Amino acid sequence: MRSRLARWFVTLPPTLFLWVFFVAPGVIIALASLRYPGEYGGLAPLVADGRVQLTLETYQFFFSDFIYTWIFLKSFAFAFVTTLACVVLAYPLAWKIVHARRRHRDLMLLLAILPFASNFLIRVYAWMIILGPQAMPSVLVNTFLGWLGHEPVSLLYSSFAVLVGMVYVHLPFMILPLYTNLERHDPVLLDAARDLGATPWQSFWRITWPLSLPGVLAGSVLVFIPVLGVFAIPEILGGTGDILIGNLIKEQFLATRDWPFGSALSMLLTGAVLVVAWVGARAARRLGGRYA
Amino acid sequence: MTPVTHDAPRAPLLELRGLTRRFGERLAVDAVSLDVKAGEFLTLLGPSGCGKTTLLRLIAGLDRPDTGQVRLDGRDITSLPPEKRPLHTVFQSYALFPHLTVGENVAFPLRMAGVPAPELRARVAGALADVRLAERADAYPHELSGGQRQRVALARALVGRPRLVLLDEPLAALDAKLREAMQRELIDLQREVGITFVYVTHAQDEALALSHRIAVLDRGRIEQIDTPARIYEFPRNRFVADFIGNINLFEVEVAAAHADGLRLLCPPLGTIVARARPGVRAGQRGWLAIRPEQLRLLGQGAATPADNRFAGVVRDAIYVGNVTTYTVELAPAVTVEALLPNTQPGRAMAFAAGAPVVVAWSGDVGVFLDA
Repeated sequence: MRSRLARWFVTLPPTLFLWVFFVAPGVIIALASLRYPGEYGGLAPLVADGRVQLTLETYQFFFSDFIYTWIFLKSFAFAFVTTLACVVLAYPLAWKIVHARRRHRDLMLLLAILPFASNFLIRVYAWMIILGPQAMPSVLVNTFLGWLGHEPVSLLYSSFAVLVGMVYVHLPFMILPLYTNLERHDPVLLDAARDLGATPWQSFWRITWPLSLPGVLAGSVLVFIPVLGVFAIPEILGGTGDILIGNLIKEQFLATRDWPFGSALSMLLTGAVLVVAWVGARAARRLGGRYA
Repeated sequence: MTPVTHDAPRAPLLELRGLTRRFGERLAVDAVSLDVKAGEFLTLLGPSGCGKTTLLRLIAGLDRPDTGQVRLDGRDITSLPPEKRPLHTVFQSYALFPHLTVGENVAFPLRMAGVPAPELRARVAGALADVRLAERADAYPHELSGGQRQRVALARALVGRPRLVLLDEPLAALDAKLREAMQRELIDLQREVGITFVYVTHAQDEALALSHRIAVLDRGRIEQIDTPARIYEFPRNRFVADFIGNINLFEVEVAAAHADGLRLLCPPLGTIVARARPGVRAGQRGWLAIRPEQLRLLGQGAATPADNRFAGVVRDAIYVGNVTTYTVELAPAVTVEALLPNTQPGRAMAFAAGAPVVVAWSGDVGVFLDA
């Protein structure tokens, strides 16, 4: 009797939380994606002329114009490149932190997550200044291009700027799982690899890299999924052509006020994210089973 | 020289010359020089922190000496990285690669050496058969028992047919029964493949059972290097005597030193006759070391021709099956341990605590050690 009560006490808050903040909004959005748009934006009444008004027209509309699928694909490409760049940048960094002196390690970890202490938008705005035409990176690039006889380019308001912003914002999500993984590696394994004839390079690719794959995977899921839905970074740092799925959804709700279409886009994005998460979890389980 | 029980070939394979390794202020390895012959089973024995593992890492190339030289087959390999040295190591924790199967683990050194696939497969199969793990080739290390992992590590170190195999306390993680079985397997395997073994352990029984020769290490220095029998019977100093087996130590002063024996003065007991040792002079102070099994225990008044006999009282008797260990007080603050084999059933506890006894031993046992 008491244990039952205790179980309720422990499981009720998270269950309630999930129902209120995940299931209920999900159902509302799913329903909204099937409703008609209102005459002045928003949603049309659910019941009109004595009938429930539901339709799949919105989804038909999505697939009728390739531009929307294209934006989806582009968002996936951005997320993929961002994830890849995060792996490439975070791996050596995580490695360095793991192999630093104990005293420096905590400080380095703190520095890696310190950006979270300041506002996300402010950090993205900072890149407007860094990538602006008067700042060093832009001047250097354009001087170099000038030597090659090339027209000056703008670093800001470009896909490049969007990528830089996305990588910068999401890098800590890659560093932390990689650090946690690399930190658990037994250094004697590398000794053994060297002892058995592997060069340092071979020891990395044959021992450290495969053993760190669960960490790479965890970090990739943590970066890939939020990047898919991001809209502030393309809006601030991107040009007119850098509209991503996040911008499109935001626009449907705030500018165009086509709520059914915004909801349908959200459902499709959620579906895509679930697929990615499922594939990631499956791969992790396969790796985990082997390393246990 | 007592006769060597195992036949160890002669040519020196590994030569260490004045190897020194310092960690900050601490000398982990202090000017160690040592020859290991081809085909030999040499054990580095010492308490934890004596530098034996550091010495092993210097030989493997996983650490570099501050000064000194490592030579293999007459070639200086001191500055060679570990992957270029023709030797493999069995690590204490086995260091099996967790993401590779047993077969892939054993194949690793062959892959690194660029052995072609057909030969590689045959040799991996052979190495696994040698350690009786042929049917576990596709298992992952975490699916194996401790003893099986140990054998995989052994197969992995041997499959590349290195000139030398280093073993860092490979049996430490196993339980007693398994350890004994593995000791036997190790000896058989080493004699069979004829590969030179340098073995590190802190377990003296293991060192005695396995080795052709033992190097006893303390605080980075070799205290004595010799056959197991000589190490046990003729320890060179107090550290070696104390570390290997149990031993009784009497504080003594040399009264007379002759070619046929020593006369030692032990104030609480009187005069003790002991085995001669070259270089010992009258007036020298030191310790007399006698193994518990070299002492005999007699009832009071029993006749014995032994050179040394002292009356005492049994303080304690511990029965451990094959022997009974008696603690006997000979004088205030002078107690000895005597080991009596239990050869006759029903007579295990011949002397009870408090019984007056005579401890006797012959004049040709006992080793005089410098203070």
